[in-house]
Amino acid sequence: MSSGSGIDVRYVARLARLDLTEEEATLYQRQLDRLLEHVESLQRLDVGRVAPTAQVVPLTNVLRDDVTCPSLDRAQAMAGAPAREGAFFRVSRIIEEQE
Amino acid sequence: MSALYQRSATQIAAAVNAREVSAVEVLGAHMARIERVEPSIGAFLSLTADLAREQARRVDEAVAAGKRLPLAGVPVAVKDNMCLQGTVTTAGSKILAGWVAPYTATAVARLLEAGCLPVGKANLDEFAMGSSCENSALGVTRNPWDTDRVPGGSSGGSVAAVAAGEAALATASDTGGSIREPAAFCGVVGMKPTYGRISRYGLIAFASSLDQIGPIARTVEDAAAMYGVMAGHDPMDATSLPRPVEPTLPALRTDLRGLRVGLVREFDTKDLGEEIDAAYRRAYAQLAALGAEIVDVALPHAEYGLATYYLIAPAEASSNLARFDGVRYGLRVDGANVQEMYGKTRAAGFGPEVKRRILIGTYALSSGYYDAYYVRAQKARTLTAGDFERAFAACDLIACPAASSPAFEFGAKSDDPVSMYLMDYYTIPMSLAGLPALSVPCGFVRDGSPGGRELPLGLQLVAPLYEEARLFAAAHAYEQATRYTLDRQPPVVESVR
Amino acid sequence: MSGTMVEQTYEAVIGIECHVELKTASKMFCGCRNEFGGEPNTQLCPVCLALPGALPVPNRVAVEHVVRAGLACGAAIPSFSKFDRKNYFYPDMPKDYQISQFDMPLVSGGVVRFRREDGSEGSCRLTRIHLEEDTGKSTHMGSGDGRIAGSTHSLVDFNRAGVPLMEVVSEPELRSAEDAVAFLEYLRLTFLYLGISDVKMEEGSLRCDANVSIRPVGSTEFGTKTEIKNMNSFRSVWRAIQSEIERQRSVLAEGGRVAQETRGWDEANGITHSMRSKEQAHDYRYFPDPDLVPLTLEAAWVEDLRAKTGLIPIAAYERLERACGLAPAQIRQLLGDPALVRFLLQTVDMRPDDVAFAQAAANWLLGDVLRMLNERGVSIDGQRTLTAQALAECAELAMAGAITSKTAKELLERVMAEGGSPKEIVAREGLAQLSDPSMIAGIVDQVMAANAKSVADFQAGKENAIKALVGQVMKVSKGKANPQLAESLLRERLKQP
Ligand SMILES: [Zn+2]
Repeated sequence: MSSGSGIDVRYVARLARLDLTEEEATLYQRQLDRLLEHVESLQRLDVGRVAPTAQVVPLTNVLRDDVTCPSLDRAQAMAGAPAREGAFFRVSRIIEEQE
Repeated sequence: MSALYQRSATQIAAAVNAREVSAVEVLGAHMARIERVEPSIGAFLSLTADLAREQARRVDEAVAAGKRLPLAGVPVAVKDNMCLQGTVTTAGSKILAGWVAPYTATAVARLLEAGCLPVGKANLDEFAMGSSCENSALGVTRNPWDTDRVPGGSSGGSVAAVAAGEAALATASDTGGSIREPAAFCGVVGMKPTYGRISRYGLIAFASSLDQIGPIARTVEDAAAMYGVMAGHDPMDATSLPRPVEPTLPALRTDLRGLRVGLVREFDTKDLGEEIDAAYRRAYAQLAALGAEIVDVALPHAEYGLATYYLIAPAEASSNLARFDGVRYGLRVDGANVQEMYGKTRAAGFGPEVKRRILIGTYALSSGYYDAYYVRAQKARTLTAGDFERAFAACDLIACPAASSPAFEFGAKSDDPVSMYLMDYYTIPMSLAGLPALSVPCGFVRDGSPGGRELPLGLQLVAPLYEEARLFAAAHAYEQATRYTLDRQPPVVESVR
Repeated sequence: MSGTMVEQTYEAVIGIECHVELKTASKMFCGCRNEFGGEPNTQLCPVCLALPGALPVPNRVAVEHVVRAGLACGAAIPSFSKFDRKNYFYPDMPKDYQISQFDMPLVSGGVVRFRREDGSEGSCRLTRIHLEEDTGKSTHMGSGDGRIAGSTHSLVDFNRAGVPLMEVVSEPELRSAEDAVAFLEYLRLTFLYLGISDVKMEEGSLRCDANVSIRPVGSTEFGTKTEIKNMNSFRSVWRAIQSEIERQRSVLAEGGRVAQETRGWDEANGITHSMRSKEQAHDYRYFPDPDLVPLTLEAAWVEDLRAKTGLIPIAAYERLERACGLAPAQIRQLLGDPALVRFLLQTVDMRPDDVAFAQAAANWLLGDVLRMLNERGVSIDGQRTLTAQALAECAELAMAGAITSKTAKELLERVMAEGGSPKEIVAREGLAQLSDPSMIAGIVDQVMAANAKSVADFQAGKENAIKALVGQVMKVSKGKANPQLAESLLRERLKQP
């Protein structure tokens, strides 16, 4: 495991779009360091020949037929919108993202 | 006959179908009960009395028209991470406070079709992340057996409502133990089916490959009946099992002859304290007394369960919770631009536990750490599933504790997330392997304080994939033989202030 | 590089990435209509709006479309494929992750063969084709020109969110802007022939980016590439690539270095401009989507789809060239209309290896038939009256000299208007061309007698006067006389004193 580098809570919070206060950043850094210590135990496992499990049930090819069904009407679809303008959801200025 | 709110779902449905009592009357009795005990329990985030009344009238009409419904007139509490059209659905989070679901979860829709009356939306740890219900951002739920203690979590509101007689049944969801641990804490029956058995459509996702809906009830028979209604293939969920559901009610038994019950070597209860250890030994002895052959099985990778789970579940959660972004619904805190809006909205909307898990999960998936954390955890998951496969070659069921302690006091584990995570030590491996598992009351322990109350314990039974019928059959035999909570109500009424 | 050196010659290295919206009735993961141009925010459901609890279920036809696209390009179809989540926040992406495919796409490899304008052959291999979902659409307000730069806020329409999207990635094997456009054109035609997309750049159902770098001729290493975006027609693809090659050439000529970045094409000013630095790569945190299960592409399924592949444009080109002897320009005129090509090839197939017949059929189709279709405003497959059989009969009658070209035209008009078999009509109505000299001789005599002036003019040396006389013969014979025969008879008579 990439131990040594550890978790950079601020970087990860930026990726997750989660503003943290100074106190939060310090607290979570400490708590998550401790959790990662615990998680380090997985290092002891020999998983060289083990296939990863993404799903426990052995299903494949679960597909739907290409048929339409009724949509929500606009009022329903937009009922929870924090801000709207006419028939659109409104958001503040989009800036090209930097990560 | 006991008061309506004390009756089992099976009894209520029989009486309503026989027109001995109307669904409207059943609802009235439960609403009165809710009014009486809810101030001291706080099981619900919102009540849906109007919806329930409307539904009760429909049920009575259907019954009058000669229809028989499997859960006619049975009041049900719906965990608030499940959508019910027209009701506020919050997942216990500020980010969804006030959000009205425009559709109904498949499992909930099936309960309504079966005649259930949805009395309210039950409290939970925010986004089902927690083991005490203390992580709810919207309310405090207390344990009906001792209101100074937590009801367990994340399905704390569901188990408290059923234990306190506010509803005969409740829906719950289990990701790493969120049905079984709180069921044990509140002395009710809680069952997590095989992954994929009950549709997740309409269940607000925590960790998609682990989440599973299950029933909460006061009796095994009720849980089996409720499971039977909710289970079965749903084309709206691509992970839903297409296999038929074996009937559970006819399979219920009163003995365990011919069954091999495995006790897990790694789950020795000695460290849990003398009284608890004794309780579980009694429980295992009771299984033997009912005719089960007790065998010794090993889960050598059980010790890695927690680490595996605390990578996989947060990783999936970090992605599942991205949609709470302030654009289409839910909370928005404005910013100068969209990026700022995201950061502020999510900072204000999510509680500390959710933030911790989003952070750890984002980290586990991030570039450079993915293989070391996420993929390795998925491989460890394979080893856990393999453990159970080998164990079930030697036994038909596994018996073990549902939690490592009885209900604890509020705040007891708030400072240290890892000590809270350890509450799920006995339930996580089954979740990783997708197995059906159930918690059934197995006795009481004194909390040790002067004048302290007796607190329920839960016995966890685990079956191989798809063997829910076997699980209910055995649990029923054990419950009928022990009757720990069948003839005993929590002292909640006395605690009404 | 010093100015005294001989000017370095560079070659361009170009790779194309295309996004193609698939033509299906419903969206990729839900039952909302997949339809361009609907009223904003009216084609939405819990799934494509990413409401809490909603789950995706993939559209079978979309999967099959991608497999067919791969088969049409001769690609290998891996037996195993899966969907992954690509995590990033953007306001028009409802889940804040895109369901896409990371390391196991539905299609790997393949090659697109194309013809340039002069008919010469080219080809470019494909890296992969994968299936994903489209995003919604943001309209940027307050900047005056709809650009994101300088905007004050944006308005989002999610109708397009969840539309099935196929991403095609080519190898960097194209060496000129012309080839890039020819490659794109054949890719577009391939999807048009398969019927899997509308491939309309103006509606956004075909969008493409180009990766452009240059390197000294003879070098095998790649130069630093830039990614060009915002090209909204084939012409702008050509101009943008051309302009970017020039820009990179002058950067290098001035001793500079090309920066790896994304550049936007500015149609109005004919230049590319830097959009954002790509040096910090995005951390998309790809992981297998736990809401979906893997795809196994069994041989029988793939073979069934292979059988349904049908005609592809490069094969059509080759047949039109070989079997019909058409020139590149004529083929280009036809190739964009798969129905017309199929109609022609169906006609041609009625007399295999008869190039003269094929050519005649092609000429009729490209000439009169196209004109008539245009006049009626229908496409070849939008009408039922003119069949390939009828066109073949017309061509055969004309070739055999059985009818005049004038009759043939009229015949086509009639068949187009009311259907029927040209051969039968000719037989029934005596429309066959007069090729019997004894019958035409009478008409010739009659015409000469009635047109003494023309006769005199001709005999006085006015060669042109013969045309007028032939015209009169045709008129009197109601167009049925064989014009060559009429002329030779006239000349014979006119020579006689
Ligand atoms: Zn939809």
